[in-house]
Amino acid sequence: MNAPNPPLRVLIVDDEAPARRRLRDVLADCAGQLPVDIVGEVDNGLDALNRVQQQPVDAVLLDIRMPGMDGLECAAHLNRLSVPPAIIFSTAYDAYACQAFDLNAVDYLLKPVRADRLVRALSRAHSLSAATLEHLREAHPKARTHLSVNEKGRIVLIPVADILYLKAELKYVTVRTAAREFLIEESLTRLESEFGEAFLRIHRNCLVASARLREIGKLPGEDDGHFLRLDGLNERLMVSRRQYSALREKIKSI
Amino acid sequence: MKRKNHNNRQVELPNFCHLGVNLRIALTVEAALVAGVVARASSAPAFWAEFIELSAQAQPALLLTLLALCAAGRWLRSQPYRLGFGLTLALGVAVPLLVALWLNPLLAGTAVFPLAGVAVFCLLVGAGLLGYFNLRARALSPAITEARLQALQARIRPHFLFNSLNAVLSLVRSDPRRAEHALENMADLFRALMSNASQLVRLEDEVALTRAYLELEQLRMGDRLQVTWHITKMPVDALIPQLVIQPLVENAVYHGIEPQPEGGEISLNIFLSADKVHIVVRNPIATDTSHHKGNRIALANIRERLLLHFDLDAQLKLEPLGAVYQVHIVIPYTRERTQPAPARPDRR
Repeated sequence: MNAPNPPLRVLIVDDEAPARRRLRDVLADCAGQLPVDIVGEVDNGLDALNRVQQQPVDAVLLDIRMPGMDGLECAAHLNRLSVPPAIIFSTAYDAYACQAFDLNAVDYLLKPVRADRLVRALSRAHSLSAATLEHLREAHPKARTHLSVNEKGRIVLIPVADILYLKAELKYVTVRTAAREFLIEESLTRLESEFGEAFLRIHRNCLVASARLREIGKLPGEDDGHFLRLDGLNERLMVSRRQYSALREKIKSI
Repeated sequence: MKRKNHNNRQVELPNFCHLGVNLRIALTVEAALVAGVVARASSAPAFWAEFIELSAQAQPALLLTLLALCAAGRWLRSQPYRLGFGLTLALGVAVPLLVALWLNPLLAGTAVFPLAGVAVFCLLVGAGLLGYFNLRARALSPAITEARLQALQARIRPHFLFNSLNAVLSLVRSDPRRAEHALENMADLFRALMSNASQLVRLEDEVALTRAYLELEQLRMGDRLQVTWHITKMPVDALIPQLVIQPLVENAVYHGIEPQPEGGEISLNIFLSADKVHIVVRNPIATDTSHHKGNRIALANIRERLLLHFDLDAQLKLEPLGAVYQVHIVIPYTRERTQPAPARPDRR
């Protein structure tokens, strides 16, 4: 960035109103060193995603601990944009996250935030690579509340609670909700370990939402072929012989 | 004298009205009886016959002795230790003797125990028990108890500290008065956290501290945190260990309110019933289960502190009631004994 620096467009994301006000004050204080245009303040990750897609944002000041979608998950979804904004995390106290930030050379702010620290972080703000975000989320394992796909330049969020099944197909995983299907580029094994009990494996290539199980039946004709049906979907899903007994045990325990 | 400050406390007689003390006495006497019968009985049927017979006589004596000790307890403990020891032992021998005198004619025909035997048995068991309580009082000596209590002293989550400081900073320019008030609340909270852990405080002080804490949380969370107090029947003068209610409420906020975008309500219900102080804290159960491990630690900590202060007379119960999580504490109702309250160490 050189000569006539246009003001940096910043979005503030924090669930606590006083924390947002404090950032606003400090940003106003350092306007002389770093002209900043605060394009908005939101109190949760979902609104942050919407806001970033409605208007151009250069940098997002993102609180980590927020109810619902936390900062790390929000950052992962933001990264699906073709031009993701720079992300600066902020936290009051989070030893594990800070360690991960240091390891991955990610700039972060400790609350209460100091003006000079904020200026320094913003002036070298850059977007995070997918690999870096992956490392951060590994250091701070928490199941996402949403999966996301980029469709025609827009981020489409799929609430995990709406998912009926996940099916691996070639390079992609098909995400099936009652309304439609999505293709995401993730590995089924990773999804399985991330969401744990919420999904059951019924086949080498298929995970189903355990809350949506409706019936298990025997396929006519074959010897040990079983199928499974989910609430809100007429499709019959194949249960592999290997998973059938394990599945039956799990269903009994539910 | 079981006073608030355990420093330089002499070894004293146990409080015979306490459930823990009663249980220990009853179990020891029972064990001594079993041992005596085993020594004499030749076969299993003989053992049972004799044991039941003996218990029929020993049980009323034991219960009456415990009653007498509880009734006389305060007076006995106000005597010098040696005198109290002797008087207690005398009482422990006299009551069973009287019971035996009264029962022996009624039980004529069956085994009758010689009075001298009863006296010797009571003397031995009584002296043994008092010796045990003496040792126990020394083992739980002020220094050791204090060190354990200090180690168990509740700690504020660092997250809360820094977020609160941040909230206060945000108020300094826009609303200096609220900022001042918030800092006063923080000062109270940290004074309590750094105070002597072995002291008991008045219930109303602990409630004030919890209010100060909740005001700070409300500063950060605004409308997301709703609090309902039901404390009109609260015995304000009851003594409780410091920082028992506040950590419960902190837990409730951390696990029940913070993870929920729409927030929720915490309710506190404190009342006196049957000479026990009941403290009930309820919070909604969050759907987000990402941080549960801290919870048990904080509760185990409170439970152990209650045990150190009240032995078996205090309880802590956890009750998930559908969508609500409830923590229920019951502690004996004790008040400051001296009237009027002598320069009570106000949160210090």
